[in-house]
Amino acid sequence: MDNEWPLWEVFIRSKQGLDHKHAGSLHAADAQMAIENARDVYTRRMEGVSIWVVESKNIHASNPDEAASFYEPANDKPYRHPTFYDLPDEVRHM
Amino acid sequence: MNDLIEYTLHLADNVLVLGHRNSEWTGHGPILEQDIAISNIALDLVGQARNFYQYAAGMIGNEATEDSLAYLRNPGDFRNCLLVEQGKGDWGKTITRQFFFSAFQFLLFEHMRGSSDSTIAAIAEKSLKEVTYHLRWSSEWVVRLGDGTDESNRRMKIAIGELWDYTPELFIAAPYESACTNKAIAPDVSSLEEAWLERIRSVFAEALLVIPEHGATISGGKIGAHSAQLEFMLGEMQYLQREYPGNQW
Amino acid sequence: MQNEEQIFLEKIDQEIKIEPRDWMPDAYRKTLIRQMSQHAHSEIVGMLPEGAWITRAPTLKRKAILIAKVQDEAGHGLYLYAGTETLNIGREEMIDQLLTGKAKYSSIFNYPTLTWADIGAIGWLVDGAAIMNQVPLCRCSFGPYSRAMIRICKEESFHQRQGFDILLTLSRGSNAQREMAQDAINRWWWPSVMMFGPNDDNSPHSAQSMAWKIKRFSNDELRQKFIDMCADQAKVLELTLPDKKLQWNEKRKHYDFGEINWHEFWNVVNGHGPCNKERMAARISAHENGAWVREAADAHAKKRRAREQQVA
Repeated sequence: MDNEWPLWEVFIRSKQGLDHKHAGSLHAADAQMAIENARDVYTRRMEGVSIWVVESKNIHASNPDEAASFYEPANDKPYRHPTFYDLPDEVRHM
Repeated sequence: MNDLIEYTLHLADNVLVLGHRNSEWTGHGPILEQDIAISNIALDLVGQARNFYQYAAGMIGNEATEDSLAYLRNPGDFRNCLLVEQGKGDWGKTITRQFFFSAFQFLLFEHMRGSSDSTIAAIAEKSLKEVTYHLRWSSEWVVRLGDGTDESNRRMKIAIGELWDYTPELFIAAPYESACTNKAIAPDVSSLEEAWLERIRSVFAEALLVIPEHGATISGGKIGAHSAQLEFMLGEMQYLQREYPGNQW
Repeated sequence: MQNEEQIFLEKIDQEIKIEPRDWMPDAYRKTLIRQMSQHAHSEIVGMLPEGAWITRAPTLKRKAILIAKVQDEAGHGLYLYAGTETLNIGREEMIDQLLTGKAKYSSIFNYPTLTWADIGAIGWLVDGAAIMNQVPLCRCSFGPYSRAMIRICKEESFHQRQGFDILLTLSRGSNAQREMAQDAINRWWWPSVMMFGPNDDNSPHSAQSMAWKIKRFSNDELRQKFIDMCADQAKVLELTLPDKKLQWNEKRKHYDFGEINWHEFWNVVNGHGPCNKERMAARISAHENGAWVREAADAHAKKRRAREQQVA
C-alpha cells in the first residue's frame, strides 16, 4: 500500500542517567506523531523519561554473515581488559 | 444545592461524559496507534471525573460516592455542557470536539490552579499536565485533517459546522459558576473566550480551516437541559447500577 | 546451503536467539509469520468482546480498569505486529489477510459477552489460558517474538487478577450476581479449555515447532496445567466448573477432566461460531472508516516535508 504510514524504531531512556534503549517499533505518519505514539504505546506504565524515534529505513545494520570477521578479532585483545594485568597485592584499588 | 457542590459536579460531568464518548473508540480506532491514543485520553478524563466526584461526594455526605453520583443521577441532574455529549461521529468530529474542549479546559485549569478552594486547585494542577497533552494532540490532528486531503478537509468543515454552535455555552456562566467566581473558587469563564478564540484561529489557520461566520448559540446543558444524546448515553452507562440497585461490583 | 542450516540448528541447540537478519529456513520464517500474526490478530479482535462493556461498566473504577486493559491489548497487538514485521511482511498485508479471512485469530473471541460477569470470566479464564500459553513463548527461539512476549507477560499480569476480582465480588454479592458469575463460567469454561488447540496427536505443526524451540510445551501439557490451576481457584471463588468428570487424580497428581467437544471447536475455527461475522464486520468497518484518516495524515506529512524542503 502506497500510503501505509512508515515504520519507526523507538528508543526509550527509562531514567535519567541511562542510555536510550531500543523498545520496539510503530507506524506513524510523521516524527511528531511517532513520538506521541511512542509515549502512548511504550511508556503507559511510566517506563520512560525521554524518547527517540528514527524512521526504520534510516537504520543501517551490520551484516550477521560477517559477524565472525566483525566481532571475533576483538576476542584476542585481552590487554584491553583490566583483568589482564597482575598487580602486586599491596596495590588495593586501581 | 450548594454552589460549590454543583460546580464540582459540573466539572466532573464534563469530563466523565467526554471520557465516555472517547472510550467508544476503544477497539474501533482508525489505526492501532491512534486507538491507543484516544483510549489514553479517555482514561485521563475518567480519572479526572473520579477526582471531582469524590470531592463532591465528600461534601454531599449521606453515603454519596463517586459511583452514586455518576450512575444514579438522572440526565436532568447532569451539569455538563452540550458540546461533550454530542455523538462521537467520525474521527474528524471526535478530534474537533476534543480540540474545542481541551483548548477551553486548558485555559480553565490554568486559572483554576489559583482557586481559593484547595481541592479544586489541586485537581486542576494535576489535570493540567494531561490537558496540555490533549490539547497538543488534538491540535496536531486538526492540522493533519484540515490540511491533509480534500476529503479530510471536507469532513472537518462538516464537523466544525456541527459543533460550533455548542461552543458559546462554555463561556456563559451558569448561576453556580458565577457564585463560585465571586468566591474566587472558579475562574470567570466569560473572560476566557478571547484567548480561546485566539487559539482556535491560530490552529485553524495552519489547518486551512475557518471559524463559521454565522454562528448561533445552543446552550442549556450546564443547567440540566440536555439533548436526547445524553439520555441514551446514560441509559447505557447506568444500566447495571439501575437494574441491580444497591449491589457491589 | 547445508552450512547455514547447520549454523542455524546449532544456535537453536545452544539456546542462542535467532534474529531477523540471521539466516533461517523458509519454513521457520513462514511458521513464525503465521503464528505471530495470528497472535497479533487475536489481540486486536480480542478487544471487541470486552470493549463492548466499556460503556456499561458498573463503576468508574471498573470502567477505568477495563479501558486500560483493552488498551493494553491494542498495545500487545502492536508489539506483535512490529515483531512480525521484522520477518519482511508489512502490517498492511497482515491486516489484509485478517480482513479477507486468510489469516485466523483465536476462536475464543467468537463467543459473545452477554453479561458483566463475562468480563470477569474472560479475565480469569481466557487471559489465564493465554498467559499459560504465553509464558513459555518468552523463551521462544526467535528474538523479536521472545522480546514481545516478555513485555506482554509483564503487562498481562494484572489482566487475570482483575477478572478474578470481578468474579469474586460477584460471587460474594447478591444471588442474581452469583448466578451471573456461574453462568459466565459455564459458558466460558470449555471454550477456554479449547484455547490450547487440538490434542497432541492431532496437532500437525507441533513437533516441528517444538524442535525449533518456538514451542516449549505441548498443547495437552499446557491444557492440563491450566485445568489444575483453575480447579483450585474455582474453590476460592465458591463457583463450579461445568465438568462433572473433573476430579483430582492422586496417582497422576493432576485433575482428570471430561471429553472436549471437538466438533464445536472445529466449527468455530471454520467460521461458524456465534460471533465470527460480527467480529470481522467490526474490524472491517474500523479499517474502512479509518482509511480517509490514514490517507489524510499521510498526505499532510508529505506536504509538510515538501514545504520544509522548499524553505531549506
